[in-house]
Amino acid sequence: MDWGALHTILGGVNKHSTSIGKIWLTVLFIFRIMILVVAAERVWGDEQDDFVCNTLQPGCKNVCYDHFFPISHIRLWALQLIFVSTPALLVAMHVAYRRHEKKRQFRKGDQKCEYKDIEEIRKQRFRIEGSLWWTYTSSIFFRLVFEAVFMYAFYFMYDGFRMPRLMKCNAWPCPNTVDCFVSRPTEKTVFTIFMIAVSSICILLNVAELCYLLTKFFLRRSKKAGNSKHQPNHENKEETKQNEMNELISDSCQNTVIGFSS
Amino acid sequence: MNWAGLYTVLSGVNRHSTSIGRIWLSVIFIFRIMVLVVAAESVWGDEKSAFTCNTQQPGCNSVCYDHFFPISHIRLWALQLILVTTPALLVAMHVAYQQHQEKKLLVLTGHADPKHMEEVKKHKMRISGSLWWTYVCSVVFRLLFEAVFMYIFYMLYPGYQMVRLVKCEAYPCPNTVDCFISRPTEKTIFTVFMLVTSSICIVLNMAELVYLVVRACARRGQHNSNPPSGKGSFYGHKLSAEYKQNEINQLLTEQDGSLKDMLRRNPGLQEKGDRCSAC
Repeated sequence: MDWGALHTILGGVNKHSTSIGKIWLTVLFIFRIMILVVAAERVWGDEQDDFVCNTLQPGCKNVCYDHFFPISHIRLWALQLIFVSTPALLVAMHVAYRRHEKKRQFRKGDQKCEYKDIEEIRKQRFRIEGSLWWTYTSSIFFRLVFEAVFMYAFYFMYDGFRMPRLMKCNAWPCPNTVDCFVSRPTEKTVFTIFMIAVSSICILLNVAELCYLLTKFFLRRSKKAGNSKHQPNHENKEETKQNEMNELISDSCQNTVIGFSS
Repeated sequence: MNWAGLYTVLSGVNRHSTSIGRIWLSVIFIFRIMVLVVAAESVWGDEKSAFTCNTQQPGCNSVCYDHFFPISHIRLWALQLILVTTPALLVAMHVAYQQHQEKKLLVLTGHADPKHMEEVKKHKMRISGSLWWTYVCSVVFRLLFEAVFMYIFYMLYPGYQMVRLVKCEAYPCPNTVDCFISRPTEKTIFTVFMLVTSSICIVLNMAELVYLVVRACARRGQHNSNPPSGKGSFYGHKLSAEYKQNEINQLLTEQDGSLKDMLRRNPGLQEKGDRCSAC
């Protein structure tokens, strides 16, 4: 179970995302996960072995390393990426649930949902409306929260995003104050800034997606309100009933176009 | 055979699980196995090489490491995850057995065409009858294994915290020797993380158990309030279609609930107008 498996799981979610969501997923996999696996892990690979302290005191190096690096950047990024990509699974579960309902309706022979066969239900792409909209919006909100929390954790733990060359350590058993040298500090700073930048881009994409969904929601609502206003007061009952049915159907079977005889 | 292989095997079980079971499986794979493989293994990677003792005595390092770490966290977690995910295979085996029975019934009733056979493979089994008992047993075993491993962890590494310094007196170390553990804080963070996810999994398993029991009681209550229809008159109708159907129904009552499901789904296999009396 590794990043490849996560990619497989999340690839399925891609179908039901907005365009911004698809861009976000691409940025996540190519500019964050791939960079982490292909480059960053090598840079941090010898972080403890090459962390050198100016002392022969056994144990001083371990203690100083532990004091300055409570959790390695690499692990923090790995956790961040796992947490940030997981809310998309809420959407996947909701879509799977809807598909299951449609299949049940199809099997019962319900006339409202007309599909040629089960395969069509499986391949169908759901519109982000109704309860799926709420699930999708919540998932974006959680993504934003996790990104922000991890960025803050980074900033808090490492006092900014720069990796210093030298750290002065006086934790026991180090005698007095001891100079400790970090391995590849500049390269680590470069990658830290890169990951922070991409994380910010992802936050922006999430905010944009949230705004897009809210805008779509309000537009749809005003369209519905506008349509109901334009209906003349003396409209007969048949047409009102028909409109209500059409609304119910468009809520439940988004991708079907059904012609009803008035 | 690695974690990916286990994922393949268990994905099949996913289909026949309850929704809580699916959530549990996702939590196991994403928050436990994946974190273990992607992050935790590299934290514990240098646990022995970076374990330093304040002595030059040969052998002291190895002896002290062995004394304080009888079994590494990583190996314990790997064992825990394997044992916890394996009871789901009981369910998979039972489902396979039921599907085999359904196929046999199809062959006996003369409906052994590829379309029906495919449907048997694809349809989702209802968790009722003996499958319910198997499923409940698997959930109980999962709970048991999780609890046992959490207890073992607590016994081996009291408090779940990794200390920076351990004092070792084992032979051949001279007197008492200070030994320093590598990355104790990071290890503590991951230990706590794995503990929390383990607790979440325990809660999910208990919720699933409660759900299954409540569902079974509700179904039983429904069954009691809708008693099955009578068998109909015996006299002079021994050779009638209804009598034959009742006999089939009787046989089916002795089989599992899923067979009745199958008949309900394929009305062509049953005489027209008859309701399976044990459904």
